[in-house]
Amino acid sequence: MENYSFRFSKSSKYLNATLLIIPMVLLFIGVYGGFMQTLFRAGIVQSDPFVGGDYYKGLTFHGVLNAIVFTTFFAVALGNALIPYSLQKQLNSKIAWASGILMLVGSVVAAVVIFIGEATVLYTFYPPLKAHPLFYIGLTLLVVGSWLAFYNWIPMYLEWRRENEGIKTPLAVVGMFTTFIIWFIASLAVAVEILAMLLPWSLGLVDEVNVMLARTLFWFFGHPLVYFWLLPAYVMYYSFMPKIAGGKLYSDMAGRLVFMMFILFSIPVGTHHQYMDPAIGAQWKLLHGVFTFAVALPSLITAFTLAASLEYAGRKNGGTGLFGWMWKLPYFDKEKWFFPYLILGLIIFIFGGIGGIINASYQMNIVIHNTAWVPGHFHLTVAGPVLLAFLGGSLYLIGQFMNKEIRFKGWAMISPYIYTIGLFIMSYGLKIGGLKGMPRRTNTGASYANPDSILYQPDWITYIDLSVIGGSIMFIGIIMYLVPFFGTVFAKSVSDEEGAVVTFPISEPLHDEPATWLRNFKPYVIIAIILIILSYTPVILDVLEATYGGSLPYSPNSPIPLR
Amino acid sequence: MDKSEKTALSLSGILLVVFFGAIMYASIAKNIDVPTCITDMDPFVSDTLFETGSDSYELHMVARMWAFQPSTVRLPVGSTVDLYVTSQDIIHGFKIDRKNVNLMAVPGAINYVRVTFDEPGEYLYACHEFCGAAHHTMAGRFIIEDRNDLTDAGGPL
Ligand code: HEM
Ligand SMILES: [Cu+2]
Ligand SMILES: [Cu+2]
Repeated sequence: MENYSFRFSKSSKYLNATLLIIPMVLLFIGVYGGFMQTLFRAGIVQSDPFVGGDYYKGLTFHGVLNAIVFTTFFAVALGNALIPYSLQKQLNSKIAWASGILMLVGSVVAAVVIFIGEATVLYTFYPPLKAHPLFYIGLTLLVVGSWLAFYNWIPMYLEWRRENEGIKTPLAVVGMFTTFIIWFIASLAVAVEILAMLLPWSLGLVDEVNVMLARTLFWFFGHPLVYFWLLPAYVMYYSFMPKIAGGKLYSDMAGRLVFMMFILFSIPVGTHHQYMDPAIGAQWKLLHGVFTFAVALPSLITAFTLAASLEYAGRKNGGTGLFGWMWKLPYFDKEKWFFPYLILGLIIFIFGGIGGIINASYQMNIVIHNTAWVPGHFHLTVAGPVLLAFLGGSLYLIGQFMNKEIRFKGWAMISPYIYTIGLFIMSYGLKIGGLKGMPRRTNTGASYANPDSILYQPDWITYIDLSVIGGSIMFIGIIMYLVPFFGTVFAKSVSDEEGAVVTFPISEPLHDEPATWLRNFKPYVIIAIILIILSYTPVILDVLEATYGGSLPYSPNSPIPLR
Repeated sequence: MDKSEKTALSLSGILLVVFFGAIMYASIAKNIDVPTCITDMDPFVSDTLFETGSDSYELHMVARMWAFQPSTVRLPVGSTVDLYVTSQDIIHGFKIDRKNVNLMAVPGAINYVRVTFDEPGEYLYACHEFCGAAHHTMAGRFIIEDRNDLTDAGGPL
């Protein structure tokens, strides 16, 4: 398995460049929103000087653009790159473009509706807060576009399997398919929520909506969503990182086992976001808690396998002793600027993972649910390992697809360090503030952090200030990243070939087990569906039994319903 | 799979089982549980507080944009409260500071928890789910009073 290249057609080349550049602009707007939020929370600003509007409009575009739009685009771009590359087959570029255009149109429509202030409903869009119908339509187009991208890869994979009987599917392909199988099953629930409930209700075709049911469908989708974010990062950890570090993947089978376990346990766990909800029996919440612990296992295996792969690399690079290998990894090698994005993400994920287990721990959730601890936690996951891997991946892919040498490699290498320092400071502030009772999704600057308010909470101020400091450093880190990214986009091409000749640093396995029982998705998908039915039937029945009356739509600006 | 990989896998599994054991211990031995499904309670639209026994109360709390009703609850120290929470409009959150109480207030459903106040003092409850433009002003307080202060004030509420 030497480093080979693959030539993408001109059309797929332009498509992938578009799928990387436009979301990067949207990410910048979203991250700007995050920075402003830290200022709002401390009472430093009262309205947004550039885009206008209050804290909650900013929070909506921050969540939607960063966590939904940017992540979905990158996952599709990575699949559009790795699947043709690993299977040595061209993409059907008509379908790929159709998918890309749906996603772009959907995202832009949703973003515009948010910016004109017609969808201040946050990225969870819980009813009975109502957004403009175009917000729901935009999100639907984004999701359907991503389904189409997945649909495009399936015939390539099936054809490859027919031609390569008895050969293991490349691990990167297994990982990308796992990502999108989970995404597809999960997003069916949110499609039902939007198309059968929220869209007709926001258009005025039906009067009322069952809020608990909508919320439950949302979280059916909402937890697997976090794996949809995480798994493309795992694909890069398993396939790229060992090679970049100068070693091999410790165990190929561990990688395959991890992905299959995610298929099994990613979905029947959503009720762990509803531990504090009414109308769902505690015993079913506990069952979802058990499955959540099961889905922690593949991440623990990943921690071991990746650490073992890095140890192998460090020893090959000349490290000795119990820990000496740790210092022989390319942390500050400009030519290997991709490595810091991956290793820092893994270090952050130690804390993200511990936080996740705490949140999942049933009664312990009482202490932290909806406090500032929660955003403190998930910036250590989605805005940590996921973001850094996606930024590193975007820069690598843009260089490859546009035939350009990466510019400002020093900036590219150092920016994830800056960002990580800021992230630890901000998350510490949010998490400890949360333990002291500070709520999330709250413009503290206008009440709890304002000394003139009767609600003033002096205990929280230190932590709010820490999040300003951390958030500013994170923002600087992102700007330092955009220099090499756009520097590369606008640099002169190093070749004038048609199409793009692409190479990925695919790692060889050290232990290459046959793993015959891990070669087929089908049994895992079937068991997953059974687990979903078993775990969600009682939850839905409880919700239907215990709720009464539906809800009319509300605007965030008035306590009187809209009709 | 090689030996160290297997060891790591088993240790991880054991760790998770131990964590899960701790959850079961807290639930069974310490009686700390999360809210469950309530079907035997009639929907209510206004707040009420009444005494159900010595030192025990039932409180029906209504969350709405942008206040809790009641927004101040005075009780003597040692009170146990059966707390029912619902929302009149959109989703709100209800968490009592320094207490193991955290509930979502959802329209069309009733949430329940029992809480005992053993220490006098003020306990803030701040809305923790986004509920519109003035969400950050939505809060209330339990004021838990010493027995002797109460006689002057003339009893609870
Ligand atoms: C400069 C970088 C960033 C800063 C300073 C920042 C800051 C914040 C702050 C202060 C909050 C609000 C907390 C609250 O009121 O509950 C927040 C929420 C959030 N952030 Fe970030 N963030 C950054 C980057 C990111 C990135 C890169 C992502 C995702 C890829 C992300 C995802 C989210 C999400 C999903 C929320 C929750 C929104 C909600 O509760 O509706 N953030 N962020
Ligand atoms: Cu979750
Ligand atoms: Cu509220």
